[in-house]
Amino acid sequence: MARTAKTRKTPAGNKGKGPAEDVDFALHSLQEAFEKAKRYDASEDELLAFYRQMLLIRRFEEKAGQLYGLGLIGGFCHLYIGQEAVAIGLQSALDNDRDSVITGYRDHGHMLAYGIDPKVIMAELTGRQAGISKGKGGSMHMFSTEHKFYGGHGIVGAQVALGGGLALAHKYNEDGGLCLAYFGDGAANQGQVYETFNMASLWKLPIVFVIENNQYAMGTSTARSSAETEFHRRGTAFRIPGMDVNGMDVLEVRAAAEVAFKHVREGMGPVLMELNTYRYRGHSMSDPAKYRTREEVQDIREHKDPIEGLKKTLVEQGKSEDDLKAIDKEIRKIVAEAADFAENSPEPEPAELYTDVLVEGY
Amino acid sequence: MSTETKAQAASENGGERRLNMIEAINDALDIMLEKDPDVIVMGEDVGYFGGVFRCTAGLQKKHGKTRVFDTPISECGIIGVAVGMGAYGLRPVPEIQFADYIYPGLDQLVSEAARLRYRSATEYIAPMTVRSPFGGGIFGGQTHSQSPEALFTHVSGLKTVIPSTPYDAKGLLIASIEDNDPVIFFEPKRIYNGPFSGYYDKPAEPWKRHAQSVVPEGYYRIPLGEARTVAEGEALTVLAYGTMVHVAESVCREKGVDAEILDLRTLVPLDIEAIERSVEKTGRCLIVHEATRTSGFGAELSALVTERCFYHLEAPVERVTGFDTPYPHSLEWAYFPGPIRIGEAIDKLLSE
Repeated sequence: MARTAKTRKTPAGNKGKGPAEDVDFALHSLQEAFEKAKRYDASEDELLAFYRQMLLIRRFEEKAGQLYGLGLIGGFCHLYIGQEAVAIGLQSALDNDRDSVITGYRDHGHMLAYGIDPKVIMAELTGRQAGISKGKGGSMHMFSTEHKFYGGHGIVGAQVALGGGLALAHKYNEDGGLCLAYFGDGAANQGQVYETFNMASLWKLPIVFVIENNQYAMGTSTARSSAETEFHRRGTAFRIPGMDVNGMDVLEVRAAAEVAFKHVREGMGPVLMELNTYRYRGHSMSDPAKYRTREEVQDIREHKDPIEGLKKTLVEQGKSEDDLKAIDKEIRKIVAEAADFAENSPEPEPAELYTDVLVEGY
Repeated sequence: MSTETKAQAASENGGERRLNMIEAINDALDIMLEKDPDVIVMGEDVGYFGGVFRCTAGLQKKHGKTRVFDTPISECGIIGVAVGMGAYGLRPVPEIQFADYIYPGLDQLVSEAARLRYRSATEYIAPMTVRSPFGGGIFGGQTHSQSPEALFTHVSGLKTVIPSTPYDAKGLLIASIEDNDPVIFFEPKRIYNGPFSGYYDKPAEPWKRHAQSVVPEGYYRIPLGEARTVAEGEALTVLAYGTMVHVAESVCREKGVDAEILDLRTLVPLDIEAIERSVEKTGRCLIVHEATRTSGFGAELSALVTERCFYHLEAPVERVTGFDTPYPHSLEWAYFPGPIRIGEAIDKLLSE
C-alpha cells in the first residue's frame, strides 16, 4: 500500500510550529527541548567526578601511546584523547544496572567511563593474561559482562547492528534498559547502520545511536566522505529524531543525554545523537595525521579542549589550582601503576590459543 | 536401539506419524519456542507468511509476534541483530531465505558471531542458529542453488550442520538451538519434500516411504558431531551430507555395491572417529558433495583421510563434486554430481 504524500510531506521551514500543525515535529522536538536547557546543572561533586574521569582517560591514553612507542602494545591502538567528554557525559546518565553499551574500536575511554580498573584495561592492551579479556581481545576488543559493556568491535559499523539486537533484547525482556550504541562519522556510511536504523525505528527499540563525529574517518574528512555531513539528520528517512550536540563540553553532552534517554525510556523508539568532537592524535598509532594542519589541531586544543573547559568552570566555582593539581597527581599515579601492572603481568599460556573457540575443547 | 531400527519399528507399527523435512523443522521450532522463552524466530517472511518454504508456518499465530516476527530484507542487519540478541542471553533463530543471500551477513557471521567468544575470552557468546535452505537440484540458477558450506567450515568459531532426513532435521535443529555457539544450519531444499535418487527425470519420491520420516512427537536431540551410518559395507566408504546422501545411497543400491555410507550430519564438529573407523575397514573412500571442488569441504575430508588412514588405503581418495563454476541454470544436471559421475568414481575406486 502506497503511503499518501499528505501524511509524509516535509514542508520546509516548519521549525517552531507545534506538533498539531507540523507532522515532522517528532524529528526535531528533542533538539528543541535540548536547546532550552543546554548545559546540565551539575553538583560540585558531579563536576569533580566528571573532571577526574576525563583526566583519567586523557592520562591513560597518553600512557598507552608511550607504551605503544616502547613496543609494549603492538598492532592497533586508537586513542580517545580529545573525545573524553562524549563518553563521560553520556555514560554518567546511564542506569548501569539496566543499560548496555556497545562501541567500535576506539574503546578505552568507554571502559574507563564505567570505572573499570585501569590495570586490567592496560593489561589487555599489552596482551597479558590479566587483561580484562585475558589478553585475547587487545585494544579494540574488550568486554565486561559485569557492566553490560558489549565491546569493543574492530569492524567499522558492525557493532551498530549488534546494538539493535541488544535493544531488542532489552525490550523483549522488559528490563527497562536501553542500549547506547556508539559509532563514528566513518561508520555512518556503512550500509548495515541504516538496516539497523530501519529495524530500530520500525520496532521502536530502546536504543540511542551516537555518532562520535571526530571529523575524520581515518584520514578522510567528513566533507570528503559524506554527502550529508550533518549526521544528526541521517535518521530522518527512518523517522528517528536527531540531536546536534557539542561533544567538547561534558555538561552539554550530559544535558543532551538526559533528553534523549528520557525519550527512549518512554518507549518512543530510537534517537540519533551527533556528538561533534575531535581527536587530537592520529586515527591509530601508525597514522601521522598529515591530512590536517598542525594549526587546526592546535586551535581545538587551545580553545575547545573538554578538560580545560571544565577546569575553568571548576576554578570559577572556587576550586584552587592546587586542588586540581593534586587530582592530576593522583591520577598520574593510578595510570603509572596500571602501566607497571600491564608490563609485568605474564603473557597467556600457549594453550590459551585453543580455548574460547567453541563451547567444548577444540 | 539405533535411530534406523527405531524408525523401522515405528513404521511397522504404523502408529507413529510421518513428516517431511519442512514439517519436522517446523515441529522443532515449535517445541523450542514452547520450551524456552529465550528462543526467537525471525527473518524475511517467516511470520505472517510462514516462510517461503513454509518451515515457519503457523508459528507466529501460535507463539505471537514477539516470538516469531518478520524482518526487513536486510541480511547483514538480521544477523547482526541476532548476534546482539545472543550476546544478551537470547537464543535467536534467524532465517536467511536462501543460503545464496547470506553473503551480506558474512561480515557479521565471521567477525562478530564466530569471534565474540574468543576475543572476549568467553565473557560473551553468541548462541544463535542461522537456518537457511541451500543446495541445488531445483532449477534455482545461480542465486538460489549454491552450497556455500565450506565458507563457514573455514571459519573457526562457527558450527555447520546439514541434516538429510526429517528425523535428523528435528533432532539436530533442537541441538543447534540449544548449543551455546553460533550454528549455520543448512537445509537441503531439494529434499524438503522427499529424498532424491539423483534421477531428475524420474518422478519425485515422497518422504512417507522413507524410514527416517518417522518423527516422534515432542522433544529429542541428536548431538552435534556424530555421523550416521546409512548403510554398513565392506567394499568402500562413501562420505556425504545433505541431498547427496540419498543420491549416493541410490547409486550404490542400483550398482549392488557393498558400500558403507556415512551421513556426516555436522561438518563442524566432524565425527572423524567414525570416518577413520570406516576407511580403515574398507580401504577405499569416495567423497560426494554438490559444492564446487576447489577448497570444497571434500578437500578437507580428503586431506584428513589421507593423513589419518594412509596406510589402510587401497586406492587414492576420490571426490565427486560440483564443477568449479558458478551454479548453472541450463546445465544443472551436468553440474550436479549425479548417478553417472558417482558410478564412474565407484568403478574407478574398486578397480584399483
